Amino acid sequence: MDKDELVEYFRTQVRQDPEVPSAVAAIRTLLEFLKRDQTGETILGLRENLTQTIRRLEEADSSVAVSSGGELFLRFISLTSLEHPDLSQCKKVMVERGELFLKKISLSRSKVAKLCHTFIKDGAKILTHSSSRVVLKVLESAAADKKRFTVYVTESQPDSAGRQMADKLQNLNIPVTVVLDAAVGYIMEKVDLVIVGAEGVVESGGIINKIGTYQLAVCSKAHNKPFYVVAESFKFVRLYPLNQQDVPERFKYKADTLKAVEDLAEEHPMIDYTPPSLITLLFTDLGVLTPSAVSDELIKLYL
Amino acid sequence: MADCGEPDGPGNKDDITRSKNEGKELTKEEKQRLRKQKKHQKKQKERKNEKGPSETEKDKTPVSLLPPPQPVATQKAPSALPAPASAPIPVPASAPFHSSPAPSPADKPAKSKAELKAERRARQETDRAAKQPGSSSSGIKTKVPLSELNPVVKRLPEHVQVDDPAVVKRLAKKLERQQTLPYGASNKIPLRSDYGYKVSLFSHLHQYSRKAPLTQLLSIPSTVIHPSIVRLGLQYSQGIVAGSNARSVALLHAFKQVIRDYTTPPNEELSRDLVNKLKPYISFLNQCRPLSASMGNAIKYIKKEISNIPSQCKEEEAKTKLLTCIDRYIEEKIVLAAKAISKYAIEKISDGDVILVYGYSSLVNNILCEAFEKSRKFRVIVVDSRPRLEGREALRRLVQRGISCTYVLISALSYILPEVSKVFLGAHALLANGYVMSRVGTSQIALVARTYNVPVLVCCETYKFCERVQTDSFVSNELDDPDDLMVTRKGKTQLENWQDVSSLGLLNLVYDVTPPDFVDLVITDLGMIPCTSVPVVLRVKNLDQ
Repeated sequence: MDKDELVEYFRTQVRQDPEVPSAVAAIRTLLEFLKRDQTGETILGLRENLTQTIRRLEEADSSVAVSSGGELFLRFISLTSLEHPDLSQCKKVMVERGELFLKKISLSRSKVAKLCHTFIKDGAKILTHSSSRVVLKVLESAAADKKRFTVYVTESQPDSAGRQMADKLQNLNIPVTVVLDAAVGYIMEKVDLVIVGAEGVVESGGIINKIGTYQLAVCSKAHNKPFYVVAESFKFVRLYPLNQQDVPERFKYKADTLKAVEDLAEEHPMIDYTPPSLITLLFTDLGVLTPSAVSDELIKLYL
Repeated sequence: MADCGEPDGPGNKDDITRSKNEGKELTKEEKQRLRKQKKHQKKQKERKNEKGPSETEKDKTPVSLLPPPQPVATQKAPSALPAPASAPIPVPASAPFHSSPAPSPADKPAKSKAELKAERRARQETDRAAKQPGSSSSGIKTKVPLSELNPVVKRLPEHVQVDDPAVVKRLAKKLERQQTLPYGASNKIPLRSDYGYKVSLFSHLHQYSRKAPLTQLLSIPSTVIHPSIVRLGLQYSQGIVAGSNARSVALLHAFKQVIRDYTTPPNEELSRDLVNKLKPYISFLNQCRPLSASMGNAIKYIKKEISNIPSQCKEEEAKTKLLTCIDRYIEEKIVLAAKAISKYAIEKISDGDVILVYGYSSLVNNILCEAFEKSRKFRVIVVDSRPRLEGREALRRLVQRGISCTYVLISALSYILPEVSKVFLGAHALLANGYVMSRVGTSQIALVARTYNVPVLVCCETYKFCERVQTDSFVSNELDDPDDLMVTRKGKTQLENWQDVSSLGLLNLVYDVTPPDFVDLVITDLGMIPCTSVPVVLRVKNLDQ
């Protein structure tokens, strides 16, 4: 399966089901690659090929989730010892475990939603940022639970993703208002809690998300409003940024920009880093965690 | 210890001398008995020398809870104490209790093991009972009532109870007891005396003077302490070997020499005797300079390795095995760990960085030199403080490599910090609650860096992680020689006669603790972790062992 086929398969996955997280689409592609791959002779060779595939996928879609999902997939399928001497046997076992992994993580979004919607009280005013499918799921389950609440969404330039979120919420009959990114400080005193999604959860317990999240977090801290993050566990990534500058460049910009543009200093970054001190709780399919517990979970997942 | 039975009747000794004369090898039982005899004799002699008649009186009122099969002459009526639930029987060799059979040596083979155990238990209880009324002095000790199972008594370490005279007396006695040869008091480890007026907040800690090293009080030749240990102790107390890695490595090398020169005495087992031999050395080193957390972990490891030596192992084999263990420990935990930490740390150094370091940390220096080799472009600011001025050594080494450096004293910290992009700190130990124990001044740097929003990175190998918990720098610390604070400028020494001023105290602290909120990242050989994850690493390490 060569590079273009891979990317095509990935894009088809995303197109067919817009609800699917990009990490899941990436993992499906990797699984497909594993099934079709004929060239690998040894397990080490197979791992090499998979790592290369992940790199190519990252070139297609530079979000943090693709990178973290890919690495977790690799770990999951090769973690326990594969004792079969025959390579094809090994591959079969790997494929089986890959399917298992995929099934587990497809259910993670609903698990998160189930955990989080109880934190939304009746009559709450919620502030969220940009468009996140996990947050949408959470609000959906809260609405299904007959709770009454209003939502404020930031417009989230430069791609106005916030407006799409507002449309989706209106379809669910939830009262929603779109506010400018600059109006976050103004609106903070009215809201009761802030819920955001995450593109990646880093080792320190901080998150990487659409640009503007850090601002939101600082404001909510200043007003003492709880700041909740909802993220699936496959978004945990082995990065440890110390500040905004420390986030690797390949995550900051869209994949096309990275390839096309020469001088990245001219471009505007698409994500920012929120440190753990500003986050109250993280809702994941592993449970409700404090930022310091994220490192614990990561050690369990990766070591 | 309860003087329950008569001292060994002539019968026992005859037995053993008989078998010796016959050239037979002593059986295990007989070896144990010999050992106990020796210990008992030692104790008796001590008792006669020190304690008054009252003590011996107390000793002579034993409590028998289970009537031994052969009644012992001096035993009196059973006590009022309840029978112990199931007091665990201590390992026979280490127990100072004398459980020789009762005075009918002819019946020795007739006594079953169970009866011996019962007697030993009885002796234990008597001894504990005898001790109870006598220990009224230190109320700090948490002694659990006798009716419980052998309790996990957590005692405060003696080095933080210096102002309690009873504790000091106990330490002196312990040092005396740790002589390995059964003759006189001239071979004991001397107790170092405190020097100068101590500031009241720290009066519970030792304060020694460098001008009075412990080694002056030792006789020559010192038969108790191995010469390489004496040398090491002197190097510690004079500050010739300083820095936690250097001290641990020097300690391990000295122990290697001790092991090479060691021969198992007859009728002893290497695994037990060597550990006992090391005890007085460790006390001696502790007296020269309090042990660091890293040294404590190294010693625990060695003791574990020694006691794991199987008893049928030949002496030469055992010794080579121990030497390779020690070499491997140094290689894995210190040398290779430094390489791993450098690898992670170099990822965090980007071109154009301005890095601040404090004092001299061998690990941080290593990292900076490696990063410079890998052609990262950065410059270093070295912060230094009196009285040790260790930063000068760091400065010298970095400049030698060609790294561009700036040197300031800690008082200029807030002036220079706006220029800094990262702070790299070394650590003496990482405590179980995430606090970082390091050279005094480190917490100050972390605090000011946090205010300026500069990331603080601590680099520490995992062998320095310790299970202790401490939230402030007062409860356990080290006080250095107060005379170091005196400085001579333009021919005048201002504090020359500080001892004469009764209300003046000089405080020369060595360590302080930094809370985890000020530390952004800890780089260990296992990877980069947040400061709050230290207990997770400790847990994972304990699982591995």
